[in-house]
Amino acid sequence: MRSADRNPGPRAGATAAQSESVDESIAQERERVLHHEQEQDLAASAAAQALASVAAEPGSSKPDPILVAKKVSRRFGGLLAVDVEHLEVQRGTLTALIGPNGAGKSTFFNVVSGFDKPTSGTWRFNGREMAGLSANRIARLGMVRTFQLTKALTRMTALENMMLGATDQLGEHFLPSLIRPLWRAQDKQIEVRADNLLEHFNLAHMRDQFAGTMSGGQRKLLEMARAMMVQPDLLMLDEPMAGVNPALTQSLLGHIQALRDGGTTVILVEHDMDVIMSISDWIVCFAEGRVIAEGRPDDIRSNQAVVDAYLGSQRALPRKQEE
Amino acid sequence: MDWVGIFSSALSDMIGPFAAIYALAAVGLNLHFGYTGLLNFGQVAFMLVGAYGVGVAVVTFSLSLWWGILVAILASVVVALILGIPTLRLRGDYLAIATIAAGEVLRLFFNSTYTEPVTNGAFGLGPTNNEFNALNPIPNGTYQLGPFQYTSSALWVMLVTWSLVALACVLVFLLMRSPWGRVLRSVREDELAARSLGKSVYGYKLQSLVLGGVLGGLAGVMYTMDISTQFPNNFDPKVTFYLWVIMTLGGAGRIIGPVVGAVIFWFLFSFLGAFLGELFPGANTGAARIAIVGLILMLLMVFRPAGILGDPEEMRLEVR
Repeated sequence: MRSADRNPGPRAGATAAQSESVDESIAQERERVLHHEQEQDLAASAAAQALASVAAEPGSSKPDPILVAKKVSRRFGGLLAVDVEHLEVQRGTLTALIGPNGAGKSTFFNVVSGFDKPTSGTWRFNGREMAGLSANRIARLGMVRTFQLTKALTRMTALENMMLGATDQLGEHFLPSLIRPLWRAQDKQIEVRADNLLEHFNLAHMRDQFAGTMSGGQRKLLEMARAMMVQPDLLMLDEPMAGVNPALTQSLLGHIQALRDGGTTVILVEHDMDVIMSISDWIVCFAEGRVIAEGRPDDIRSNQAVVDAYLGSQRALPRKQEE
Repeated sequence: MDWVGIFSSALSDMIGPFAAIYALAAVGLNLHFGYTGLLNFGQVAFMLVGAYGVGVAVVTFSLSLWWGILVAILASVVVALILGIPTLRLRGDYLAIATIAAGEVLRLFFNSTYTEPVTNGAFGLGPTNNEFNALNPIPNGTYQLGPFQYTSSALWVMLVTWSLVALACVLVFLLMRSPWGRVLRSVREDELAARSLGKSVYGYKLQSLVLGGVLGGLAGVMYTMDISTQFPNNFDPKVTFYLWVIMTLGGAGRIIGPVVGAVIFWFLFSFLGAFLGELFPGANTGAARIAIVGLILMLLMVFRPAGILGDPEEMRLEVR
């Protein structure tokens, strides 16, 4: 693929080859997904089992929580954007945060990941107090987030984007960085890991391209892959499906589930209900900054508070006059 | 019109002491802006404390040149920390405001009667380069090779300063190919992304500011070695803007961009000065010269925004 890039043949030929390889990759993808499905079912059922005995009510306690938030609030002037009494996230599950726009999901994300300071409250991650730690410290401790508006490092190659994610790099210290033999071996290892992840996220062909040349969907994938370079215990995805075409959505979903099956706890903010109902193990519904409901997808579907939060306000609006 | 004279002076200045000094300061600025994305509009402040660090140590306190250079480096570090610690946690604009103000504040402070006992204020501090000249291995006289013509002391300044420029470029090259440089570039591209990957953005910005500031300070040291008697008003904001022109001309974020930029800038600057002087004898053409440099910069921004060594394709990616 890379040698083909360097030495492009006649245009028609190149396009044919490209579409062929696309077909091929789709076929491979399907194969892999099928192959993966059984494992996935197992992992999903493991996560579901762990949550089976958990009550579907706001603030319910989980058997093995990776994240516990207590009385976390964030006030912007007169607006109480987040006011979470108690929230636990079970380790190894895929937990979705849903809620209408302005419900405080993203603000909660920002607070918990250290990108915003809470007005009050504490939260523990892996049993460790996190309040007051800087965002970079929290990331190094294993809680890594992505952004709603993708933050690809545009004038760096995909590979450089990936390699940046590795932690504890000796070459990132000023004096050792000047002496290549000190960090070269480690850098090679990181490169191998980055290449594997790029391969896994179907980005291997973009390896040496500037991230700025990538499509929106590819950037989403790159950001997710880059976050995995940190080897997080908890991955927080802020609207990973926003602005991605439906075909790629399926592939993204597969990747997210695979991360969960690989043992990473995933929290995601998402708006697409179909997506959420199909992949989540646990759903937390926000409205006006508070957690109004949580439970398995089936619990949420039939929950009156959720229905009200999504539809109630609309119903209360006066009907538009017909034109 | 004396074309031979005009070109002789332009070519001599192209690689002369000032070109070398500005190249050194621009390498520092390139580290700030080109690689880290820091908006430093006060590189002249580092040159000022570098020049006055060595000047005050050597002239006022009669210390040796080496102590003076140490003082100059320490002063640059201190200025970088004072500017960086409060502003680097904030948005980029705050550093820009702080640096542009710092340059002016320092200039006025060193010019004031209050500091006169130490800096000699507006009367100028000198001679600062006796010891430096005593080390000059080149025999006294004027040397000429084709159109290039220098005195032995100018050659000595050039030799030392261009060597420093080469060392600085090697340093930047080594840093930029390392993971340290990778983090620095990620800070330039997107601070929040770098933080989300566990990088201490603040620490890297501070390191970059200090290192680039020290290069600016060393440029200040070489400046005073060249001109011998310095005045605070030598360090006006114009110097910073020349440095920005030099960096963008050569190509920001390119290792030898500032060197190429300095050489071209000083050729043009010197050429225009001599040419306008011949064209309008006796007239004050200084302002016209600066205006024409500004025009050239504008044309450059329109037709080659990435500079001479920059990649225009890469430049376009910046649009987020």
